[in-house]
Amino acid sequence: MAVDPLIELRDVNKYYGTLHVLQNITLTVGRGEVVVVIGPSGSGKSTLCRAINRLEIIESGRIIIDGQELPDEGKALAGLRADVGMVFQSFNLFAHKTVLENVSLAPVKVRKRVKGDADRRSRELLDRVGLADQAEKYPAQLSGGQQQRVAIARALAMDPKALLFDEPTSALDPDMINEVLEVMRQLAREGMTMVVVTHEMGFARSAANRVVFMSDGRIVEDRTPDDFFTAPRSERAKDFLSKILTH
Amino acid sequence: MDVLTDNWSLYGDGFLGTVELTVYSSLLALVLGFLMASFRVAPVGSLRAFGTAWVAVLRNTPLTLLFFAVLLGLPRFGLVLPFTVFAVIALGCYTSAFICEALRSGINTVPRGQGEAARSLGMTFSQTLAAIVLPQAFRTVLPPVGSTLIALAKNSAIAGAFSVTELLGTYRTLNELGHSIIWTFVWIALGYLIITLTISAAVNVLEKRWGVPR
Repeated sequence: MAVDPLIELRDVNKYYGTLHVLQNITLTVGRGEVVVVIGPSGSGKSTLCRAINRLEIIESGRIIIDGQELPDEGKALAGLRADVGMVFQSFNLFAHKTVLENVSLAPVKVRKRVKGDADRRSRELLDRVGLADQAEKYPAQLSGGQQQRVAIARALAMDPKALLFDEPTSALDPDMINEVLEVMRQLAREGMTMVVVTHEMGFARSAANRVVFMSDGRIVEDRTPDDFFTAPRSERAKDFLSKILTH
Repeated sequence: MDVLTDNWSLYGDGFLGTVELTVYSSLLALVLGFLMASFRVAPVGSLRAFGTAWVAVLRNTPLTLLFFAVLLGLPRFGLVLPFTVFAVIALGCYTSAFICEALRSGINTVPRGQGEAARSLGMTFSQTLAAIVLPQAFRTVLPPVGSTLIALAKNSAIAGAFSVTELLGTYRTLNELGHSIIWTFVWIALGYLIITLTISAAVNVLEKRWGVPR
């Protein structure tokens, strides 16, 4: 399907105790592709997203990023994580650092960039997400939507090969969801490789190359948004769509 | 009232002795406590076990017993040091167990996501601990660490029973000189108050200085 695979999962399995949360997951994300993962709560979609940069440890299977097998804990793993940005549901901005420091920290600590250069680039990125004037504030002084846009800028500051979004708008008030989705749409247009776990069907329709539907730890459908939303094949997907679309 | 003015140098020596014990033992306790707390959250099992054992042994041993163990025990293994140094070792090690637990509880108050975000950006375990987790734990642990150091200052009185010069021990000499026992203790208490209030003031300054909007 994808010509140039950037993220590959092969027969990935994960258990929480006896609960089999990821069951033989095989998924390929091509370079520049936007894959949206949807599904009911507890379907394993967040776990899948977190497994890609090993915030969740899998029991079996392989995860390959840009041709390189995901390493065990240590320096090599840190190096790989530096290339894969992550945006969390709860933002997770560093509470004791200003917005600018949040964005510049990893480029300085991990990429060993000079602080002045890193700060200049951070301001560019903050400008891009529409928050240039908030650079000196602390995260707690910003709204949820603003915090999440800072988190996106922080991830972009590492010049990642791919971005993982773990329900980026689920903790936001409805009026703030759009400002975050707009930034994500722009990234998608610019060709960023993205894996997005979300409940925003509008985003999936408009920005995704593929929609992956998960249920009970399995990938049930993996198709284009048009195909999936107009003609879902599986009963689970039909059921899920009927529930969310009638509300 | 004359007790103080008549015995200025005796009080002074005792006061300085207690200050000295408190400062050196505090430094030892903070360094060891920090080390043990790092051990207890480390991803290496043997380090965690060592930290746990350190805390279990030192926190559950009565301090006087620990003094006996250090002052009478260590010389048996050929380690002969001045009594003041032995007292600093006993006090410092004992208090480090409490410091360790205060630090560890502070580390646990930092939300999990903070560490995850740091790791997802490619930061290593030690970078994450040093740049993200500990600075945020720092403010939370200041009050309990302050209380622990105040307890340490007062615990240093036990060293007097092992012929180390310190504040409480001055009462014996003053008593023999026939001074009023009440005033003797009033001035001793004031001496301890000066030390403990200084510690709380220092902690308050640090708390204000490192305050972060949350």
